[in-house]
Amino acid sequence: MEIFTEHVNGIMIHKITIGHIHESGCTGCLAALMDNYQGIFTILDKYADLVYGLTLVDVRKIPKMDVALIEGSVCIQDKLATDEVREVRDKSSVVIAIGGCACSGNITRFDRGGQQNQPQHESFVPVSDLIDVDIFVPACAPTPEALRNVCVMTYLLLRGNDEQKALAGMYLKPLMDLARSPYGSKASFNTLMQEVINLGLCMGCGSCAAACPVRAITMEYGKPQGLRDLCVNCGACFSQCPRSFFDHELMEHHEQIMGMLKAVMQ
Amino acid sequence: MNVLGKYKSVVSARSTDKEILKASQDGGIVTSLFAYALEQGIIDGAVLAGPSSRPWQPQPFVATTRAELLKARGTKYNICPQISMLKEATRSYGLDKVGIVGVPCQIQATRKAQLYPIGMRDVPDKIALVVGIYCMEVFPYKGMQLIVEDHAGQKLQSVKKMEIGKGKFTVITERGNVTQLPLKVTHKYEQPGCHVCLDYVANTADVSTGSVGSPDGWSTVFVRSRIGEDVWGKAMAAGCFETKPIDQVKPGLEMVTKLATEKITKNQKTVDERAHFGVGKALRNPYI
Amino acid sequence: MAAPLGQYKMVLFARTTDKEILRGAQNGGIVTALLSYALDTGIIDGAVVAAPSRSKPWRGKFDPWRSEPIVAMTRDQLLSARKTGYNISPNVMMIKEATRSYGLDRVGIVGVPCQIQGVRKAQLYPIGMRGVPDKIALVIGIYCMEVFPYQSIVQIVEDHGGVKMESVEKIEIGKGNFTVVTERGRTIQIPLNETRDLEQPGCHVCLDYAATLADISTGSAGSPAGWSTVFIRTKIGDEVWKRAMQAGLFETKPIGQVEPGLGAVEKLAVEKITRNKKTLEDRDFIGTKGLRNPYITT
Repeated sequence: MEIFTEHVNGIMIHKITIGHIHESGCTGCLAALMDNYQGIFTILDKYADLVYGLTLVDVRKIPKMDVALIEGSVCIQDKLATDEVREVRDKSSVVIAIGGCACSGNITRFDRGGQQNQPQHESFVPVSDLIDVDIFVPACAPTPEALRNVCVMTYLLLRGNDEQKALAGMYLKPLMDLARSPYGSKASFNTLMQEVINLGLCMGCGSCAAACPVRAITMEYGKPQGLRDLCVNCGACFSQCPRSFFDHELMEHHEQIMGMLKAVMQ
Repeated sequence: MNVLGKYKSVVSARSTDKEILKASQDGGIVTSLFAYALEQGIIDGAVLAGPSSRPWQPQPFVATTRAELLKARGTKYNICPQISMLKEATRSYGLDKVGIVGVPCQIQATRKAQLYPIGMRDVPDKIALVVGIYCMEVFPYKGMQLIVEDHAGQKLQSVKKMEIGKGKFTVITERGNVTQLPLKVTHKYEQPGCHVCLDYVANTADVSTGSVGSPDGWSTVFVRSRIGEDVWGKAMAAGCFETKPIDQVKPGLEMVTKLATEKITKNQKTVDERAHFGVGKALRNPYI
Repeated sequence: MAAPLGQYKMVLFARTTDKEILRGAQNGGIVTALLSYALDTGIIDGAVVAAPSRSKPWRGKFDPWRSEPIVAMTRDQLLSARKTGYNISPNVMMIKEATRSYGLDRVGIVGVPCQIQGVRKAQLYPIGMRGVPDKIALVIGIYCMEVFPYQSIVQIVEDHGGVKMESVEKIEIGKGNFTVVTERGRTIQIPLNETRDLEQPGCHVCLDYAATLADISTGSAGSPAGWSTVFIRTKIGDEVWKRAMQAGLFETKPIGQVEPGLGAVEKLAVEKITRNKKTLEDRDFIGTKGLRNPYITT
């Protein structure tokens, strides 16, 4: 594929605009994005302008933007929040749910309210329960590398040449499918159980155990067992599993794609 | 689909390291390559399948010395969740350049961890050398125990080597007893998850290897990526391996192609059949 | 939606003649007197009621205003459950337990409308309610506009009302106010529009005010102070009520003769149902996808 050998830096003239929207989350996702260190400067220098972000940008009104990164789940008793996600959907071309809370509710699924001084704020849903979300980046916290990869691929999808668009589309497709699937927003260890193990797809590689942020998964006789009381519903195990999604055609080019990602981040 | 995947070169090879060869499954390729990479600082540790508290049950571990590498020689044919240690290698063990060996599905997991590092923080950029092993299927530990102890009638503790090849499951004991079972008998004990796998020769590894195609005591080695080419070239230059051109050995590449085609055809059929499982229902296809 | 007050055979004003019960009752002492009579006569052999919490301390002590379900099998236990707590008491949680650990064969239960819905669903769809459906002997419902999470009660009483929970003698909701009466006699009124936000959100999809599925339902609305309005709805309700009347347990007044009367109950029921129907409709427009309607299966 010629696409991988082309010098990508030269053609990236038109930056995209991105925003960070903070719903009920802990800012860990934003911290993970920032943990790309120099990489985040590269992204902001070359590819994207950050036009909105509670913690980083002094802008009060949500502007029109190309890409919205939403962190956190949405409290349905909080009208400000439910209105805000509608507005974000209206004003953004691509909505990306970043992190477990935005994708699948994560730890906020366990909320029952009762907290001073809004004890009635008790119901939290993942963003895709309320608006159409285009792309999921699950896990608690999402990894800096996953956020980097998705940011770069989204850039290519919006601004790349035809071949780059095709590649980015191929790369992002599984994460788009996840955002629309019936189990994406309900992900937990149970999803891994129901969609992989129970369906005879598990081959005991251990990706789930490595991905689990709370070490709830151990490999017993080579197979994953989950301590479901520890599971926070982040969805990392299911998404990381090579049997949740895996595009042979794309993965065959892993070396070139990794190379390209490294090159564009220089 | 190209059943052998992309590769830059393929040869028949054997380690020149007598110590490694003594207990290796075939040509000692994996152990020698990692030993060389470790020595040269190409990797600072590797995730391997090592011994556990049960006989013949492997357990993933992180090897950071040659002595530890040697412990992982030999094929165990039952599940060893290597990838569960991949992140750990970069954390508790603090490795910056991780080597990993695995069967094709594990190599797929490694590459997915690099391209979609959902829960694999700090892993993608620290994978330094990925060595794949050909694989038709593996067995759950209990399935293998059943084969060895019930069908072959040997205690697992007494087994010196197991081999799958030429249509047979072969068990060799310390005392030299050789028991062979037709694979027809052992098929039903295979891990079901293996039956949807569409990769035989670890298509996405840097280097992949296995006995098939080469004479006894030798291995067939595919060098696939730029990294693989670089490491293999240096190891050759250092005299780690003796090689023969693949077209000059028997049974040769044809045999590898034959087995790869066989596995992929069979498993593609399983994947297709899953689409008509139950009445008007289907089981999920993991690749769509 | 059928009539806002549901089906009933009879409705009247009533007050218990039992002075001991009346002394600590929220209104006419109907629930306590009825369950006490049913217990005495073997109609029930125990009842699930909401009593002040004894199991979990709050801020290091047991709080009389935090409700928790108990299985009452004596008159003393029933008396401990008098008064309305206005906070969540998961009564239905104990109905299976009543037939198991407590070994009851004839269970009485008192609850707000949603809990009565839970009881009836447990009888008709006893998915996880083995041994329960045939052992429900008497179901008493209490009118309910909404309840509060306990933490909201604390916030209203202590932050808005400015008095300590420990000093509260009675809490009352009615006539547009949340009223707190302290032991020293101080009365604080907080307009309900100030407490609206603090209500349990789950209450806002409830379409039942007068516990239309109970055997007997009761509440203060419509009746003069110290009296209760009582709906007799089912055959069981009718029978138990008649026997209790014969035993001289209640004094009653016909509904037509006293202000504000049935009109007030209906007004509140319509108000609740209308408002909550709107909440249900509004849920369709939260986000761009809407939230699940619990009453429609798709």
